[in-house]
Amino acid sequence: MKNMMDVQDLTFTYSGAPAPSLQNISLPVEKNKVTALIGPSGCGKSTLLRAMNRIHDLYPGHQYDGVINLLDSDKKGYTDILTLKSEAEMIRLRQRVGMIFQKPTPFPMTIFENIAYGLRLSGVKKRAALQDVVEQSLHDAALWNEVKDRLNDDARGLSGGQQQRLCIARAIALKPEVILFDEPTSALDPISTLAIEEMISELREKYSICIVTHNMQQAARISDYTGFMYLGEMIEYGQTDNIFMKPSKKQTEDYISGRFG
Amino acid sequence: MNTRKHISHKFDEEIAAVTSSVLNMGGLVLQQLDLAVTALLTSDKTMAENVIADDVKVNTFDVSIDEMCNRIIVMRQPTATDLRLIMAIIKTTNDLERMGDEAKRIARQAIDISERGALPDQFDSMEQLATRVKEMLNRSLDAFARKDIEEAFEVIGLDQKVDKDYENLTRQQITHMMEDPRKIPASIDLLWSARALERIGDRSCNICEYVIYLVKGKDVRHIEMSELEAHIE
Repeated sequence: MKNMMDVQDLTFTYSGAPAPSLQNISLPVEKNKVTALIGPSGCGKSTLLRAMNRIHDLYPGHQYDGVINLLDSDKKGYTDILTLKSEAEMIRLRQRVGMIFQKPTPFPMTIFENIAYGLRLSGVKKRAALQDVVEQSLHDAALWNEVKDRLNDDARGLSGGQQQRLCIARAIALKPEVILFDEPTSALDPISTLAIEEMISELREKYSICIVTHNMQQAARISDYTGFMYLGEMIEYGQTDNIFMKPSKKQTEDYISGRFG
Repeated sequence: MNTRKHISHKFDEEIAAVTSSVLNMGGLVLQQLDLAVTALLTSDKTMAENVIADDVKVNTFDVSIDEMCNRIIVMRQPTATDLRLIMAIIKTTNDLERMGDEAKRIARQAIDISERGALPDQFDSMEQLATRVKEMLNRSLDAFARKDIEEAFEVIGLDQKVDKDYENLTRQQITHMMEDPRKIPASIDLLWSARALERIGDRSCNICEYVIYLVKGKDVRHIEMSELEAHIE
């Protein structure tokens, strides 16, 4: 199976920072698999994730060095996303590589419009087509049954867990190929967390997923591969079972078994 | 092995407590074995009855260690070495409990023999087998306590000698039975006891396999001795 994305030897320095935040990072994101990134705060997990759809570039001046390959839509070859320049290319990239943030970010509009918004921007105009995609996306995000009778209510009236699933539906509506999750459940209660985890394992059927999480048991539960990062470096990457049962690096062992620092 | 302190001091204490319980249980089983064998060799009925009565202590350890492990799993969700340690402890405890049962079985045969009587030459080889098996159990507990895989490998190596001893003893008992039918009841009791000892040797090997799993993260059960060392490293 081809990798959906492939980060190779990536070094990343924030604008004006004296030293790089990521150093020589390599990370494959396998197709239709869940890849988890774990590590202590400040180790660069989120920085890496944000490089993967170049959302860093919303602010100028950051320095990338290395390669981030993304499988082309025709599946024939790879494009290094670090070579993309035009605004249109960036928008296309972020459609293909969607991102879900730690805090749910519903737009101040109805549930329906939250999802339709991106579709309209990308040129879908017909009401019927919009309705189809909205419904399908809400199904995929396991939210449809809870909101089907109140699609015209303000999205901010949903619970935190529902809002997060709404954001996931909003990302899915644009038919991404990769979904990046940045601690998607850290602001949610345990039951909403399980609902999101359940959804992620279903999303794997259609999408390739990379998730940053502080909850190590979560990584163990939902991911196929896990990367452990520390101080901007990828210390160990491997099958999740191996990382949690028999890590090969001492630092990984110390971190996951609570003997760090 | 992870020797660093856990961030949670209490977790280290829990791990230390359950580990020392396993070693106490092992010490108790070793003592039960020792007494059962002595009762057998000296036809001491009272001693054998004490062994049977004390098996309940072994069972109590079995239950309480399982509880401690359950609590650690539910509260701590152990990973890596901690996870392997808990798994090794649960399995070791199970083997120790069954060894306790084998010691009880030997004690029962000891009572039988003390009532029926046996001729002194029938006990030949029994002492050698028993000594070797006690050594295996003792050293397997040492290997566990020190997480010492070299010791574990050596104990596993001893099992072949125990198997030889057991074979010899069986042959001798068959000879006794053929020579003199009056020896048959005691010989059968002794064969049962030898069988129990041989099983204790096997279970000591199991403990050593858990030690290797614990230290190396490699499951070496169901692998031939000759291939064992190649599997590690």
